[in-house]
Amino acid sequence: MDDIKVKINDLTLHYGTNPALKNINMEIPEKMVTAFIGPSGCGKSTFLRTLNRMNDLIDNVKIDGEVIIDGLNIYNKDIDVVNLRKKVGMIFQKSNPFAKSVYDNVAFGPRINGISQRNKLDEIVEYSLKQAAIWDEVKGRLHNSALSLSGGQQQRLCIARTLAVNPDIILMDEPASALDPISTSKIEELIHELKQQYTIIIVTHNMQQAARTSDFTAFFYLGELVEFNKTEVMFSNPAKRQTEDYISGRFG
Amino acid sequence: MDSKLERSMNKELKSAKEVVSFNKRKFRFSDWFAEKVIKTVAFLSIAVVILIFIFVFREAFPIFKMDKNEAVSTELLVQESYGGAETANEPVKTTDTQVDNSNKVQTTGEKPSSTLFSKTWMPVSDNPRYGIWPLFLGTLKVTIISLLFAAPISILAAIYTAMFAKPRIREVIKPVIELLAGFPSVVIGFFALMVMATVFQSIFGYASRLNAFVGGIAMGLAAIPIIYTLTEDALTAVPRTYTEASLGLGASRRQTAFYVVLPAAVPGIFAAVVLGIGRIFGETMIALMATGNAAMISINPFDSVRTLSATIGAEMAEVVFGDTHYSVLFLIGSLLFIFTFALNALAEFYFRNLVIRRYQSKK
Repeated sequence: MDDIKVKINDLTLHYGTNPALKNINMEIPEKMVTAFIGPSGCGKSTFLRTLNRMNDLIDNVKIDGEVIIDGLNIYNKDIDVVNLRKKVGMIFQKSNPFAKSVYDNVAFGPRINGISQRNKLDEIVEYSLKQAAIWDEVKGRLHNSALSLSGGQQQRLCIARTLAVNPDIILMDEPASALDPISTSKIEELIHELKQQYTIIIVTHNMQQAARTSDFTAFFYLGELVEFNKTEVMFSNPAKRQTEDYISGRFG
Repeated sequence: MDSKLERSMNKELKSAKEVVSFNKRKFRFSDWFAEKVIKTVAFLSIAVVILIFIFVFREAFPIFKMDKNEAVSTELLVQESYGGAETANEPVKTTDTQVDNSNKVQTTGEKPSSTLFSKTWMPVSDNPRYGIWPLFLGTLKVTIISLLFAAPISILAAIYTAMFAKPRIREVIKPVIELLAGFPSVVIGFFALMVMATVFQSIFGYASRLNAFVGGIAMGLAAIPIIYTLTEDALTAVPRTYTEASLGLGASRRQTAFYVVLPAAVPGIFAAVVLGIGRIFGETMIALMATGNAAMISINPFDSVRTLSATIGAEMAEVVFGDTHYSVLFLIGSLLFIFTFALNALAEFYFRNLVIRRYQSKK
């Protein structure tokens, strides 16, 4: 049906001796929004972080299995993690702009990639901010501190910052959980826009958000992938009892 | 069995309920007592510091008041009241010659305080001069050498352990460097005196064996643990989200360390360096043992120097109580006090607040 962007084969992850993810197999389609849902502690965030090897930062993590992106297993020994993370960008739950100006935040990625011509940077910054639908709000104060922006603006700035390194895949870890409804709807609109160009994977606690924004939904429970299907199917006619219980709010 | 236990517990709870009433404030002696003791100790420690401060200043103060004659008269007064001591005799002789000199030569008839800013420190000559410039500049020279040695090493070491080292290596390096802080400075001084001085002399081939360079490096060894520990704290205090954001954008570890974490920790690192300066500035034993103690003004790092603190350490034991020299030493003490106090205050209040404000402005 669709092109597969990410293929996960028998992925198992241990924190020390605790298994956090058990035998996960799934295929994530390209240029679609895939939502991960499930109760707290079910491993969905951990799973998201395996997709750009963010778990490498945590000690005592052991990962078995394969994550294949564009035909390459990212857990191969000679994979360049730095370049992998340029291809697979990430938005965090809490917006985390650097204590720098709006401009410098967005220009950070291009700069570390060695772009230093002013007009080129200007172009990338403007383009990224426009893509993240925040340009009109910040164009007058590009050189003010990013921390002076509101929470919702900060989160969209973080999205712009990620877009500036031109990734293929954007991972979003509960990007709107700390935001008010208006900012949330802006982020959701943005996700809708961005999926034209990017493969988006979003972790969310908000069932309606998953239903509204995603094309595919995966339900995790206790480190296992319970069900993965098109969002309409998942929300109208789930195959598993557990999924139905969770979605209808009977547990979790 | 279970129900029995439950019943007895219920009973206990009930009886407890009856006792607890909060309509009247109850006097709890042990709480009251503990609070008072802690309060007293806290205020006592502050009071002690303030009293030392006042004492040092009071002892230094006469230098600004006395002119030549007054200085002599106080010395005589001292001689009277403490005349029994054997040591008091000799300085009295010098004051006599002083008086002679001032009668004969016009230029030496100046107030002792006016020699304070001269370029010679000769407190026990016939014509004593209390110029603290060579001491001050010497201290400055040693401090700069020491800092140039200690700051880069400790900051780089802190960057390594905070951001690059594997946890197991960090667990070894961090305590070992911090252990150095507990090293008695006399041991470092002895090592500098016996080993470093010789080794450096054979490498650089300078004339005087003990000099600002040897002393500076040795004092740097004493300052490294302080700068290192505080820098490490500053670096690890940078929110993890910064690191994650940077790495998530495809920055390498090095780029993350130097472009994201380091700039965010700069105020904390400044505080660390400033506290390190305070440590070097006040360091006495190493200065006394390794710097050569010659009060001279020169820019050459391989010349001997005499630092402010080493001067006090070396001369205070042999000075006449109440003498001009005595007052000058206390003046030096006050200077050291003010400098270290100012440096610590700067580090504590300004830089620390800067760090806190930086992270708190993030909603």
